[in-house]
Amino acid sequence: MASIASVFQRYGYRFNRLGLCAAIVILFWIMVALFAPLILPHPVGKIVDYDFYGPVSSAFPLGTDYLGRDMLSRILMGTRYTVGISVVAVFLACSIGVCLGMTAAVTGGWFDTIFSRLMDALNSIPSKLFGLVVVSGVGSSIPALIMTLTVIYAPSSYRFARSLSVNVNTMDFITVARTRGEGTFYLIISEIFPNILRPVLADFGLRFVFIVLLLSGLSFLGLGVQPPHADWGALVRENVGGLSYGAPAVIFPSLAIASLTISVNILIDNLPQKIRDRS
Amino acid sequence: MENLVEIRGLGIKAQTDSGRMIDIIRNVDLDIPAGEIVALIGESGSGKTTLALSIMGYLRPGCRFGGGTISIAGQNIMALSEKQRASLRGTEIAYVPQSAAAAFNPALRIMDQVIEVTAIHRLMSPEEARQRAIVLFRALSLPSPETIGDRYPHQVSGGQLQRLAAAMALISDPKLVIFDEPTTALDVTTQIEVLRAFKDVMRLSGASGVYVSHDLAVVAQIADRIVVLKDGQVQEEGRKADILTAARHPYTRELLAAFTPTPAAGAKADADTPRKGYILEVENIRAGYGARDENGEPRIIAVDSVTLKLKAGQNLGIIGESGCGKSTLARVISGILPPFSGSIQFDGREIAAAAADRQREELRKLQIVFQHADTALNPLKPVGEILGRPLTFYHRMNGKERDDRIDQLLDLVHLPKSIRYRLPSELSGGQKQRINFARALAADPVLILCDEITSALDTVVAAAIVDLLKELQKELSLSYLFISHDISTVRSICDEIVVMYEGQKVDQFPAQALGDESNHQYTRLLNASVPRLDPDWLDNLDISGFAAMGR
Amino acid sequence: MNKLAFSLVLGKIGIALVTLMIVSFAVFFATAFLPGDVTEILLGQSATPEAVAGLRHAMNLDQPAIFRFFLWIGGLIQGDLGVSYANNMPVADLIGSRFANSMKLAAATTLFAVPIALTTGILAAMFEGSLFDRMVTVTSITLISVPEFLVATIAVLVFAVYLKWLPAIVTVSEVRSFGEVLRVYAMPVIVLTFVISAQMIRMTRAAVIGTLKTSYVEMALLKGASRCRMVLRHALPNALGPIVNAVALSLSYLVGGVIIVETIFNYPGIAKLMVDAVATRDLPLVQSCAMIFCVAYLLLITLADIISIIANPRLR
Repeated sequence: MASIASVFQRYGYRFNRLGLCAAIVILFWIMVALFAPLILPHPVGKIVDYDFYGPVSSAFPLGTDYLGRDMLSRILMGTRYTVGISVVAVFLACSIGVCLGMTAAVTGGWFDTIFSRLMDALNSIPSKLFGLVVVSGVGSSIPALIMTLTVIYAPSSYRFARSLSVNVNTMDFITVARTRGEGTFYLIISEIFPNILRPVLADFGLRFVFIVLLLSGLSFLGLGVQPPHADWGALVRENVGGLSYGAPAVIFPSLAIASLTISVNILIDNLPQKIRDRS
Repeated sequence: MENLVEIRGLGIKAQTDSGRMIDIIRNVDLDIPAGEIVALIGESGSGKTTLALSIMGYLRPGCRFGGGTISIAGQNIMALSEKQRASLRGTEIAYVPQSAAAAFNPALRIMDQVIEVTAIHRLMSPEEARQRAIVLFRALSLPSPETIGDRYPHQVSGGQLQRLAAAMALISDPKLVIFDEPTTALDVTTQIEVLRAFKDVMRLSGASGVYVSHDLAVVAQIADRIVVLKDGQVQEEGRKADILTAARHPYTRELLAAFTPTPAAGAKADADTPRKGYILEVENIRAGYGARDENGEPRIIAVDSVTLKLKAGQNLGIIGESGCGKSTLARVISGILPPFSGSIQFDGREIAAAAADRQREELRKLQIVFQHADTALNPLKPVGEILGRPLTFYHRMNGKERDDRIDQLLDLVHLPKSIRYRLPSELSGGQKQRINFARALAADPVLILCDEITSALDTVVAAAIVDLLKELQKELSLSYLFISHDISTVRSICDEIVVMYEGQKVDQFPAQALGDESNHQYTRLLNASVPRLDPDWLDNLDISGFAAMGR
Repeated sequence: MNKLAFSLVLGKIGIALVTLMIVSFAVFFATAFLPGDVTEILLGQSATPEAVAGLRHAMNLDQPAIFRFFLWIGGLIQGDLGVSYANNMPVADLIGSRFANSMKLAAATTLFAVPIALTTGILAAMFEGSLFDRMVTVTSITLISVPEFLVATIAVLVFAVYLKWLPAIVTVSEVRSFGEVLRVYAMPVIVLTFVISAQMIRMTRAAVIGTLKTSYVEMALLKGASRCRMVLRHALPNALGPIVNAVALSLSYLVGGVIIVETIFNYPGIAKLMVDAVATRDLPLVQSCAMIFCVAYLLLITLADIISIIANPRLR
């Protein structure tokens, strides 16, 4: 790991150990999400153990669930839903939010006023409540869930990107570009976007965490991913009956969620730093 | 005379972003005799403020002591605990900050902050402290000394706050007062009042002082000794008169040279100017900010009925104090802030009010250069790209042609070609301002609006930029509209000078006529307020005749 | 309060009203575009087309959506929350006592969490970089990163399963003595406190540390002030606005937390009612519950805005 850190150093970046560990955990889950079907020890739906809420054993490294299915396989497959849905949703939410936010900041005027008021209003609905309302309307299919999560988190992404862009927009180099006669598109792409990219990426990670948490929460309430599929939140819900026995089936999916979200948060706080050395 | 402060072999280190420690103060010896004021002179980054703060046993975060001793009245403060140092701060040594506006807590009344020292160190009863503060307010010639303390900091002016900060420092009768560039942020006319007040009150209290400044003329008025700092080292020190008249160190001489009056730019003979007629005619411009009322007039009017004309190939200077509307006028002319009435003729044709409605060719010929190169250059673009964009945008240049032109432009502003791959953050302040200017040149303009382009730079660097501007004018037959609060800079570069006050044009005259009897009385006040190197200048200055105009 | 502050406060109230309008619009239309038709849910697959058409007419479903929206809003303003699809009871009756239960839970949590969180946040800022500060930072970032149901399940595991101090299930009707109240509310309140404090602590700490970096705090240090005085007298009054906002924002986590906590502990509150209503697609009930939460939340946010206007010395 020290050698990875030194690679960063060579390119003028400093990356601390904690951040690196977090990045490795995140990478691990992304790999699992991509290749889950290839590494499953047992089919997800197959009942493989006579015992339910089975303990950790060599045959079933993470125990078995309430029907006696292999938890390892179910968690590996659940990664696809949790990570997949969240990544698509966060990508959509941030793209929409950032594009609209930058445009509103640069154009200003009534477009900005109306849009910002609208987004602020949507933003003022607590996310879990919003989730319940939209799910009650459009249901819990996977496209509907992705849409729901996008609608809920695009306004806050908009607000974040807009306030960053408004700050950059007051800089003299933007004024210079305007008096040069540059168009709105050039201003957004060439002058604003590069200057807000770094905080926007950090915000992308933060919003990803929020989305994972909301999706898990909805699934835990039985309103998210529906059987026969199961994401991590749904796995906790299925097996919550094993809570009083301290069953691994309820503990491991919870740990999976925590490991992913905590790692993303740690990575954001410990992003590689560009070494600027003024002497 | 006995020394109140003795500093021996002081070193201070600071940590860079990569964790490397660098020396920002190197092996400094310094004595402050009791009852005298010692000035620390230097450019930005010379370590003068760090050195001054270290006398209070305080270093800003990221800095560390790197050896040496600082003794105050025989006591080495380096050897004291943080708690013991705190007991000296405010009582023995007091501090007057550069920006009192930032150093006063916006949530507390002024009086509570002025007498806070006496409460922290339990020096006297609050009532006693309040009475003492009022005496000080009076000594500092503050208006309504009885009640000014009941206000909040945002309710008094900058010059008053600066004097209130001095009262805050003097309330406990300290042995040493540290002034950290206390007048740098003020206008010249305000600076006089504040300097006078400081001088009187320090004479009265008999305390020693450390006066940190970049301005030799200001220091000449108030200090007894001068210490010249550069790169964290003492270059030269001595009695004021010796430094001012017989400086030995080349750096000190360079600083002094900046005060040698440069000849006023004479109106160029028409034979010199390739084009005839006016390049810019501004008619009756009114502009401002804030919500519009029913007549379409904004709530705050920053420029009020200004008319001016600039001959092709000549330079027009606009001077005035902060808030007089000079920068707003530049924004109006460049189309950033459309005026609500009045017209602008440029190059013989009337042009649209807003930049967005102007022809590309009009925009190209009229360029603006801003004061702060830090914010005027996109921090993420290398110099080559910053200069290349106007070439592509206006002249459709690409590839080799564009590269060659960028090299030419860098050459014009006396920068090496290799600089094109650097980011703005990797350049010095002077280099950044040259790039800022070169970008305007890339458009091949006929008129450049220079908005305070030398104000954020150190004296020596600013002088070089002014020389560059003059040189380029000869080569490229440009006109400048040169906006500044600094009369001597404007005088040295402009043919004609306009004086603005509270949004209006109050005076206009040829540069050579500055200081004549024919000047408007506000022009004379401004001119008289510029500090001179003569140590008796402040004491002999009589501006009572202009009092009506001062704020 | 001067004129400017007064007009700012009025502005905030106006914005809150506009926001409420947009929010009710969003809530209505999010639930109005069902992929299926409500009448099919109500009457089942085998309903005759005539019956469906009759019901559609009775429910105004043959009218444009915007018309139904104003009908609905008008009803809400007059206190008519509609009739539940699931059991044909007026929504107002269903919500009734459950609303009070939820308010009790929220109030108990707020009284408990806000003082703890503010004190911890301010102390962490005061001793920035200390062991205590680092522990607070790590704990709060962990709590923010994990779902509420994880906090709740761990709390159940620890307090109810292993230690057997507290009941895992709450039955409000059995409450008679004060001791009972404590036992019943302890678990939900502890879980909710963890959930909302973490964010509040982080934001309070950041606000105080932000003001500690200003020139006037450095000036206080140069006057010889102690760390304690710098924080309490100089930084805190100026951090008040951001802190009040932090509290208000954290209370939005309270809404999310209440939804999970009521479900897990089977607490008879309005959030549990709403979750069940979503599961059965009982739209009038979902809409009403959502509006109640939104109004409560908007009230809090607006109150916080008004407090920070009043706390701003520049507006006095």
